[in-house]
Amino acid sequence: MNELIELTAAAAAQRVRAREIDPAELFEAYRARAAADDLNAFTWVAPRAPAGEYPGDAPLAGVPLAVKDLFCTEGVPSQAGSRILEGYRPPYTATVVANLQRAGAPLLGKTNQDEFAMGSSNENSAYGPVLNPWDRARVPGGSSGGSAAAVAAGLAPWAIGTDTGGSIRQPAALCGIVGLKPTYGACSRFGMIAFASSLDQAGPLTRDVTDAALLLAHMVGRDRRDSTSLEFPEAIRVPRAEDLSGIRLGVPEELTGAGGGVEPGVRESFEATLARAEGLGASVEPCRLPHAPHALSAYYLIAPAEASANLARFDGVRYGLREDGEAGLVSMYSQTRSHGFGAEVKRRIMLGTYALSSGYYDAYYGTAQKVRTKIAEDFRTAFERFDFIVTPTSPWTAFALGAKTDDPLAMYLNDFCTVPMPLAGIPAISIPSGLSDGLPVGFQLAGPAFSENRLLDAAHALERAIGFDGSPARRSGESAARG
Amino acid sequence: MTEYEPVIGLEIHVQLKTRTKMFCGCELSFGDSPNIHTCPVCLGLPGALPVVNERAIRFGMMIGLALGCEIAERSLFHRKNYFYPDLPKGYQISQYDVPLCRGGRLGDVRIHRVHLEEDAAKLNHLGASGRIHGSDRSWVDFNRGGTPLVEIVTEPDIHSPEQAREWLSLLRTTLKQIGVSDVNMEEGSLRCDANVSVRPAGSAVLGTKTELKNMNSFRFLERGVRAEIQRQIGLIEAGEAVVQETLHYDPVSGGITPLRSKEEAHDYRYFPEPDLVPLVATDAMLAAAREALPAELPAERAARFERELGLSAGRARDLAFRADLADYFERALAAGAADGGVDPVELSNWIPQLVERIGSDRDPAESNVAPESLAALATMVKAREVSRDAAREVLSRLVADGGDPRAIVAREGLGALSAEDDGLGELVDRAIASDPAAAEQVRAGNLKAIGPLVGYVMRETKGRADGATITRLIRERVRQAG
Repeated sequence: MNELIELTAAAAAQRVRAREIDPAELFEAYRARAAADDLNAFTWVAPRAPAGEYPGDAPLAGVPLAVKDLFCTEGVPSQAGSRILEGYRPPYTATVVANLQRAGAPLLGKTNQDEFAMGSSNENSAYGPVLNPWDRARVPGGSSGGSAAAVAAGLAPWAIGTDTGGSIRQPAALCGIVGLKPTYGACSRFGMIAFASSLDQAGPLTRDVTDAALLLAHMVGRDRRDSTSLEFPEAIRVPRAEDLSGIRLGVPEELTGAGGGVEPGVRESFEATLARAEGLGASVEPCRLPHAPHALSAYYLIAPAEASANLARFDGVRYGLREDGEAGLVSMYSQTRSHGFGAEVKRRIMLGTYALSSGYYDAYYGTAQKVRTKIAEDFRTAFERFDFIVTPTSPWTAFALGAKTDDPLAMYLNDFCTVPMPLAGIPAISIPSGLSDGLPVGFQLAGPAFSENRLLDAAHALERAIGFDGSPARRSGESAARG
Repeated sequence: MTEYEPVIGLEIHVQLKTRTKMFCGCELSFGDSPNIHTCPVCLGLPGALPVVNERAIRFGMMIGLALGCEIAERSLFHRKNYFYPDLPKGYQISQYDVPLCRGGRLGDVRIHRVHLEEDAAKLNHLGASGRIHGSDRSWVDFNRGGTPLVEIVTEPDIHSPEQAREWLSLLRTTLKQIGVSDVNMEEGSLRCDANVSVRPAGSAVLGTKTELKNMNSFRFLERGVRAEIQRQIGLIEAGEAVVQETLHYDPVSGGITPLRSKEEAHDYRYFPEPDLVPLVATDAMLAAAREALPAELPAERAARFERELGLSAGRARDLAFRADLADYFERALAAGAADGGVDPVELSNWIPQLVERIGSDRDPAESNVAPESLAALATMVKAREVSRDAAREVLSRLVADGGDPRAIVAREGLGALSAEDDGLGELVDRAIASDPAAAEQVRAGNLKAIGPLVGYVMRETKGRADGATITRLIRERVRQAG
């Protein structure tokens, strides 16, 4: 395997700055691998390295970046995994992508995803499913499945995705990499094709915690084009912690008990990680999040409600797919949207439209918002006693392609442990905690708003202690590149 | 026959005169080439987000303060969802249950609420109907899309088409004076819908209301509302029910037709706009809005005219609700004061005369009649130096050629004939001689019989003589003759 590919992004950046690596060579090494991708992780790969001087002195030192399809990138396909945006080329670039480019990370390619970020297996994509590099018969998770698979398989040094109910953390867990969902408002949403505006957040998918910190450092910040964005109160630091002394970890019974349906292998890895944390000096105690079991229900009302409005703009009038139909305006709307949207997107538009309808609003959307408030209160109360709440990221490891496509409820349960955090607007990180039957297991830590630095430190200490080896997936990617 | 009382409430949309749009930095324009003032935000491109225009908020607050509303400390934007090609996001960002301003009053009409929203784009339809149904082709001009709008909703306090028109005129003057809008109905920067119902006079129960749209001038508002009132009374008299619906007024035919159900009848599925944070009215913002308001608004001006100048309520409103008239009146008043004083009521009587001669939509300041000339004319009338009839003639000459009224009176010999003037005495004698029967009746005490004698003298003097003086002279001479 090409030795460049074995370097973490942070290590590669350091070697570029030390003039030990030519950034053009680094870009081309990844470009070639991404172009030969047979995991279907990429939807578009840069035809060549960007013109001009390589930003060898820039903080991200020319280390190429894979970007989830739903981030608008000027002149480059940005379809959010949907047929309805066929042929669409945005005239502008999303703030987060522009920030990272300015910091020296050139665009390597766009990655596959569930259509409009709706899904947990990446099977809801107009481009077809993404394969998990650990086992090609299995899903990579979703919705940022392309980004997760690309990083795990070494087709990209790092990637960004978006998380609405778990769309960064769950695929990171299923692909054995690190995924961080930042505090709501930490990263600008300008240029992210919206799923659920009050929940969507951009975040890094990386090989390790240090890479996540480095990428995040250049993503965050107030953007005057996003009214919900906030100035991050401190600089994101490179995590250095090697122990967890004094750290109090809370294990919520509601998310980790029998109700969550956690697989035995996942439970085993979770408990082993708790033991390691104690070994590093942390205290581990049960805690309560009484409303967390209702998070999934609230989420599946709030997110579709917002989506039903966010997706109304795809009407065939101005851009993307348009099917004229036979009978004027209404026919054009219905033909365009019938053919442009996939089944899961249509299901959620209908759910959301219903939840907002006159006479149902209070019972559904209104109640869901109240539950959301309660969930945020639960976390606030818990953080009075605990530094972090910890859970398995996903109740199970990567499942077989097609295993849950006919059962939306089973699919939704993927997000059981990841959905409460975005409802509360708080940050959470998933790190690989080991393998179960040869498949990666994710361990999730959630902290209070803007606790990213402490969260990264704790994750860094655990990561060192766990010593997870992601190279089997990269070797799989290597064979992909050769094939 | 039953007497009916109309009950009318207005919903007014006002385009704000900000430099840029409500949620993006595109310039406002009127009449520019289509689709040149657009960006990802106002085109509703994927990933674009709205950012609130601060000046639009200030203008909204100024309107609220001018209308005596309560400004909400915290208000919310909502999404109003419906599909239409002029609505690029598939929803309009508007305010719903927590608007910027509530309550208030302008003149004799209470304000229900005032809220902020964004305008739709402009649709152009090719085809005979000029509407989307039946058109061969339609295209969208997004220049207008996203223009800041304020919606003002009144309570149903209006009870006649004339009152509706007069009140809208007051609102227009008020908004124009505070400088937040061009308030031009023809260009669409002021649009008015009316909610109309009728009920038996004296009833406290409201009838079923209809919403009348598309009245894009003051005249059409008055006519449309009148037509709808008549239509509703007709239905009720015929024993039919008024149906709650949205109606389209066609100013050309004068006809009222229901809007196609697809153009309305929506469940808008309002919910709080997650892309915007709540709008918090800070003390600094309120202070800035208050600071920007003029010292005196039209309703206050009308009250001052009534209170301090002794004008009738109706005349005070007629002047104050049209700032150009009120400004002209006050300039003439000042000129008259410098020239030894003019009676305000007398002066105010001459403004409608002037307007009638120059045309009701023209600013008298742009006419040939200088304010000091009108003041001089009013002073001469009050002092009986010129009769009212002669003064009307002088005014017509001023409108045509300008000049000094005193000079015109002197040159044209239009000055009032006084009792001492022999010519007037002689004319009175001739009048008596021409109608001895009438003179006899006057002498016998029947004062009504004096009319033809006065008329004779007026005719002969071409209106220059003062009616009271003639009457006095006739009575004196009749008595002497007896």
